[in-house]
Formats: sequence, structure tokens, C-alpha cells
Amino acid sequence: MVDVVATNETIIVVGGGISGMTAALEAAEVGKQVILLEKRPYLGGRVSQLYKYFPKMCHPVCGQEINQRRIKGNNNLTILTMAEVTEITGDTGDYTVNVKISPRYVTSDCTACGECEKVVETEFDDEFNYNLGKRKGAYIPNKMAFPQTYVIDPAIIGTDEADKAKEACKYGAIDLDMGEETLELKAGSIIWSTGWKPYDANKIQPYGYDRFENVITNVEFERLMDPHGPTGGKLLRPSDGAEAKNIAFIQCAGSRDINHLKHCSRFCCMASLKQTRYVAEKYGDDAKSTIYYIDIRSIDRFENFYNDVKSNENVEFIKSKVASIEQDENKNPVLRGVNTEGAVRYANTHDLVVLAVGMEPSVDVSEFPVKLVLNEEGFIQNDEANGGIFAGGTSADAYDVNRAVQHATAAALRAVQVVNNISK
Amino acid sequence: MSDLNQKMVEKYKGNFLQEVINNVEEGETMKMCMQCGVCSGSCPLGPHWEYPPQHIFMLIRAGKRDEVLNTDSFWNCTSCYNCIARCPRGVQITHVMHGLARYQKVLGLAPKNQPTEKFSQLFWDNLVQKGRVNELKLGLSLYFMNGFGEGIKTALKNQKLGMAMMKAKRMNPAEMFGGHGVKDPAGFQKMVKKAHELEAARIAGEES
Repeated sequence: MVDVVATNETIIVVGGGISGMTAALEAAEVGKQVILLEKRPYLGGRVSQLYKYFPKMCHPVCGQEINQRRIKGNNNLTILTMAEVTEITGDTGDYTVNVKISPRYVTSDCTACGECEKVVETEFDDEFNYNLGKRKGAYIPNKMAFPQTYVIDPAIIGTDEADKAKEACKYGAIDLDMGEETLELKAGSIIWSTGWKPYDANKIQPYGYDRFENVITNVEFERLMDPHGPTGGKLLRPSDGAEAKNIAFIQCAGSRDINHLKHCSRFCCMASLKQTRYVAEKYGDDAKSTIYYIDIRSIDRFENFYNDVKSNENVEFIKSKVASIEQDENKNPVLRGVNTEGAVRYANTHDLVVLAVGMEPSVDVSEFPVKLVLNEEGFIQNDEANGGIFAGGTSADAYDVNRAVQHATAAALRAVQVVNNISK
Repeated sequence: MSDLNQKMVEKYKGNFLQEVINNVEEGETMKMCMQCGVCSGSCPLGPHWEYPPQHIFMLIRAGKRDEVLNTDSFWNCTSCYNCIARCPRGVQITHVMHGLARYQKVLGLAPKNQPTEKFSQLFWDNLVQKGRVNELKLGLSLYFMNGFGEGIKTALKNQKLGMAMMKAKRMNPAEMFGGHGVKDPAGFQKMVKKAHELEAARIAGEES
């Protein structure tokens, strides 16, 4: 049984990505009681799925570790993973939050020794790697997963495999009778930070993401470059496993487009610039990157990063929104369009195409479990009608990590103010 | 230079963008263009255009009136709508292209011997007679567009197709004599006349 104490002075944070963790920690560190709810079995969200972040090119592991240490050192913070909010009722200072907790089938006695994983054979698509690889039916979602606790896939429950896993566990940490639980929690204020998801590239028909194997997305590219990813950090193209050496990046794939996302997703220019650096670091003069862009949006200090990439002779910039992609007999994507600098028509062959897809809210507008003021794309608006519920991070708008963390910190301050008014 | 053209030059004093917005169908939407080039890249006839659509928009904004009004580029538009479907900013490119062609013609600047321009005129002349297109006459006028000898040659070449169409009742030889029309020809003519008057009044307004 999950046992949590919550009062109307508690702050509930929904979503345990970089924004949710930040908001929860900021509020907990000033002495508020905070409950952090995360749908996945681990904290860290989409940031943990990156290889490196810009502009410093450090690994997310580092930021993760700092946050994990802050969590361990704080007694005001309660974390519930595999927890989903189903309903929120009440008003500012007096909310009731209904939470559904899915069974992990593994208790906190788990030491992450991995014995259960060894005996389970069945494999599933690995969602942490955007389904590019496989994981076992008993698994730890990623190397930095917090909590470091295994998960049993519900699909193997009731099979011999689940029993084998239970037998293999030396610590008696596997409980196959675990069931779904529901909780009713009180809260004074709520921070909504369920974050973003990549725009569905299948909707951009002329680019053929659904038809051509060697057309991938920017988030998948991160997993391919990561040494802990499905290819061990090798840039292997999906069609034949050959190393990609001539990579095209298409900007605004689904962003700034009335047919797709109307907004600029803000991070994709920098993400692609960063990804050309991965290529340069890995292959030097042996590989070439080409960025097809409308305009490069690298604001403020990011301008230096952009200039640095521009000075690399192995990176080419073509000012053009690619019109369409075809595929040649070797499954090489052929990009067609017009370079608007000089109106030059091109048909360029690359061996891999990376679509710089944009950001949309992870929760669909139509399925939002709470009545909040949303814009047409589902981002939470800053509106008094939302009462004591505040968006933190990319639930509010498309941000990069840096700006999401700033936004989440501001959301924590708003929530703290609400709770302070109650305790007065 | 035609009178109207002269007057427009004087009226807009180099603000060609405004001239286009006021006189070209859906010209207003052009303001949204961000020069991404997806229209030019998507055009199936793109390589045959002197200036593809995105380039034309750039020229219009730059006030390059002569370049735009002396090209035959937009007569190449086949209304496939690829550009409108892909335009991220809702620019009604196909309509603007046809609008530019029409405006060019109104100004008396349409290119000579441009096949699409010629056909458009033939189509219009054919249509206004009875309010319905007489496909047989239109086809024949197209055959003889480049002289009598050429016409006979083309007609002989397409003899088989013509016979097949007649057999399938897709073409009626009786159309050669009179042909079908709308129920109320007088009303139709009145409507066309009224449209001409409205257009003349609009241009007069533009001139003043």
C-alpha cells in the first residue's frame, strides 16, 4: 500500500521530468511539503533520453545526478512513480487529486542486481529508445533510472516468465500480486509539468517518415548517438546498418506551419546544430552534415554556438524548406527543393535524413483530465481561471531545457505563494 | 504602354506590393510569405518558370514591377495546388499566380504567343457566346490556332481519338452547327455585361 500524507498545504507536482523535478525541489527546499507524481517508472523524462545538451555539450547524466542528490537530501519530498492523475476537484487552497498508481510488481527491496532480467526471455520495444531497440519483460528503464528499481512488464504477468523472475530474485522484491491502486490526495496548489512529445512525423507526408527507413527524427538521432543507446553510439542507418556519413537535417519539420504546429518550437535549430557537432566529433572530415533551414533561430549567447558550427567546413547550410523526399534504389533519401539564395533547384542525395520535429504538449487537448485554460495546441495558458494550478516547463510553451527549468522555478514560486496564504 | 498601365505606374509610385494587393486576387495573402521556397520546390513545372512563385513574391516586395509584369512565368501554372497544400503560411499561391496573369493581361502586358494565354482567350470567346463551352469548336479552334496547314495536320493526327470520342458519345458532331447553350441566353449576356461594368467601375476607381 502506498501511504502518503497530504494536506491543503501540500504542493502536488504532476510530471517528473526536468521541469517537474526542478519545481518539486525548489518548493521542497524552501520547506513546503511536496508530492511529485510521475507516470513513467522513473524520473528524468525526455531529458534523460538525450545524448548531450546544448550549449555546453555535457551529458544529461550530470544534471540528473545533481537533482537526484537534492532529492535524497530532502525530507519534504515524496515521489510516486507510475502514478497518473485521473481527476482534480476543488479550488485554490483546497484541491482533491485522484491518482491511479499502476503496479510495478517490484518493491523497494530491489537492489537492481539484474538477476530477474537474465531469466526473462520475452522482449518488447524499448520506449526509452523510441522503439529503436528491445528491452526484456523485466527491465530497468535506463542506466540512470531513479528510483534504481526494476519493472516487470504487465504483459508477462500470469506467465511462467513472471514466476521465473520471482524465483530468481534473491531479495524477495518481486510481488506478482501487486494491483492497481487509487489515491485521493489533498493539495493547496498544483504544478502541472507533464511536458512535451515530439510532433508526429508521419503527418508530414512529403517527407515520407512512414515510407522511408532512412528518414528519422531528431529524438531518434539522440538515441543513435548515445553510447548507451540501441546502436552503442554508432550512427547506423536503419535500412542496412551502414554508418551514415552524409546527413541532412531538415528544420521546421512540422513547426511554424499552419498545416501542423503553428508555433516555433524554439529548441530544434539549436538541437540540429548540436547534432552536427556529434557528427563532427565522431567522424571528423569523414562525414558531412547539411542543414536545410528557413532561418536559424539561435538567440542570445547561442549565436556563438551557431557561428562555431558555421565555421566548420563539413557543415553546409542550405536556405530552403525542403519540398519533398524521394528514395533511390539504395534507399538513399533524395531531397528536392529550391535553394532560395540564388533560386537554385536541387535534388540532393543523402544517406540519412534527420527531421527536426517540433514540440507539442504530451497531453492531448481533447484528453486533458483537468479543466484548464489551454491554447488551441494544448499548451496551458497563464490565466487566473486556472486558480492554484500552474504550468511548469513545456506544458506552458515550447522551451529548451534551460528555459523550461527557469519556467518551472517560477511555477514553484507561484505555488509556494498560494500555500503561504493558506498557512497564514 | 497602355493608358491603364501608365496610370497604375503613376498611382502607385513604385509601391508595387500595394498595387498587387489591390488588384490581384488573394494578393493580400502574399504578405505572409516568409521565403521558405517550398512552393517553388513543389511546383511540377518549376524548372520551366523564369521566376518560380517564391521568387516572384520577392520581386514584388522589392518593387521590381517590370520584371514581374514582363515575365510569362505564372502562365505556366496548371492549378495542381501542390504549393497551396504545402505552404506553411496559407499564401494562396495558385490564385495569386492566376491573378497576376489576369492583371498582366488587363494592363495589356500579356506575353505574345504564350500558348496558355492564347488558349485562355479562345476558351473565353467560346464560352461567352452561349454560356456553355462548345468543346468541338474549342478543340478545332485550338487545332487551327497556328494556321490552317498546322490545323489540318493536327486534326488528321488525332482522327482516331476523335472517332473514339464520338463513338463513346463524348463528342457530338452536331455541336458544329449552333451547339447547346444556357436556358436563358439573354440573361446570361446581361450578367456578363454587368460583370464588365463592375470591373470597369473598379478600374476607374483604381485610376482616380
